[in-house]
Amino acid sequence: MNLLLGIGASDDAGAALEAVVGRAREAGDDLTVAVYAGDDEGDDVAAVERRVRDHLAELGFEARVERVEGDPGSQLIELADAGDYDRLVIPGGTRSPMGKVRLSDAAEFVLLNARSSVTLLR
Amino acid sequence: MTQFPDDPAGEFPPPPREFTDREDRLVTVRTADEDDYEALVGMYVEFDPEDRAQGIPPSREDAIREWLDAVTGPDCPTVVAVADGDVVGHAMLVPDGDGAYELAIFVLQPYQSAGIGTELLQTLLGLAQEEGIDRVWLTVERWNDPAVRLYHSVGFETTEESGLELEMGIRLAE
Repeated sequence: MNLLLGIGASDDAGAALEAVVGRAREAGDDLTVAVYAGDDEGDDVAAVERRVRDHLAELGFEARVERVEGDPGSQLIELADAGDYDRLVIPGGTRSPMGKVRLSDAAEFVLLNARSSVTLLR
Repeated sequence: MTQFPDDPAGEFPPPPREFTDREDRLVTVRTADEDDYEALVGMYVEFDPEDRAQGIPPSREDAIREWLDAVTGPDCPTVVAVADGDVVGHAMLVPDGDGAYELAIFVLQPYQSAGIGTELLQTLLGLAQEEGIDRVWLTVERWNDPAVRLYHSVGFETTEESGLELEMGIRLAE
C-alpha cells in the first residue's frame, strides 16, 4: 500500500512514526510523510521536517518527506488525491487536562473531507 | 486556552446543597472525598457509552480508574450528586497549568433531564469561587445541544468555535 502520513508541529511525531513504520515494514508499504506547521502560529515546519528525517534515520526506514505549506488539512487532502495514495494516516490528537481527546484542526478537516480512507492513530 | 469573558459571572452557591429534582427525588450535592472513589468507579462502569464525550469517561474499568486518578485529588475541586444512596452525578475541575481550570460534568442516564446537572454545575462553580478560582473553561461537541444550553444557562460564553467542538469559558472573579 501507498501510505501518506501527515505530521504537524503539535503532534507526537515520534510515536506516530514508530507506529506507521512498524506496520509499513511488516506489510511492505510505501511511506510518504507530509510535514506541516501546527495550529499555533510560529510553529516551524523546518523543525518538524528535521525531527521527522532524524527519526526516520534512527529507525533506518526509507520514506519520502514532503513539506506542506498553507492550510495543512486541505493541502494534505490535495496531496493525497494528487499522489497515488491508498490511505492517509494522521495522529490521533492530544489530550486536554481533563483527558478529552483534542484533534488538531488539520485532523478534523481530513476526517471530514478526505476521499481516501483515513487512519486515525491511537 | 486563553480567552474568557471580560465580566465576572455572579455568585454561585457553595456545597453542600439539598434539593428535590423534577422526578421528586431528594438529591444532595456535596464536595467529594476519598470515600467516594469506589462509588465513582461504579457510576462510570454503568455509564452509557452513548453519553461519552470526547473520549471520556473511558469504558473499561482499569481505564476508568486510571482516568479518575488523574482528574480527582487535592488539586481538583470535585462535587458529587447523591440520590437514592448512590453517586449519580460528578462534576470536577482540573488545573490546566495556565492558572485556569477545565470543567467536566457527568450525570448517570436515569438521572438526566431532571435538573441535577444545573445544580451540580452551580455548586461546583460555588466551590471554585470559595477556593479563589477565577477562570473555568470547557469544550463540548457542537451537536450536543442539551449540554451547550446547560453551560449557557449558568453563564458560560462561547469563546471559540472553529472545529467540531465549542470552547466555552466563564470568569468567576475579577
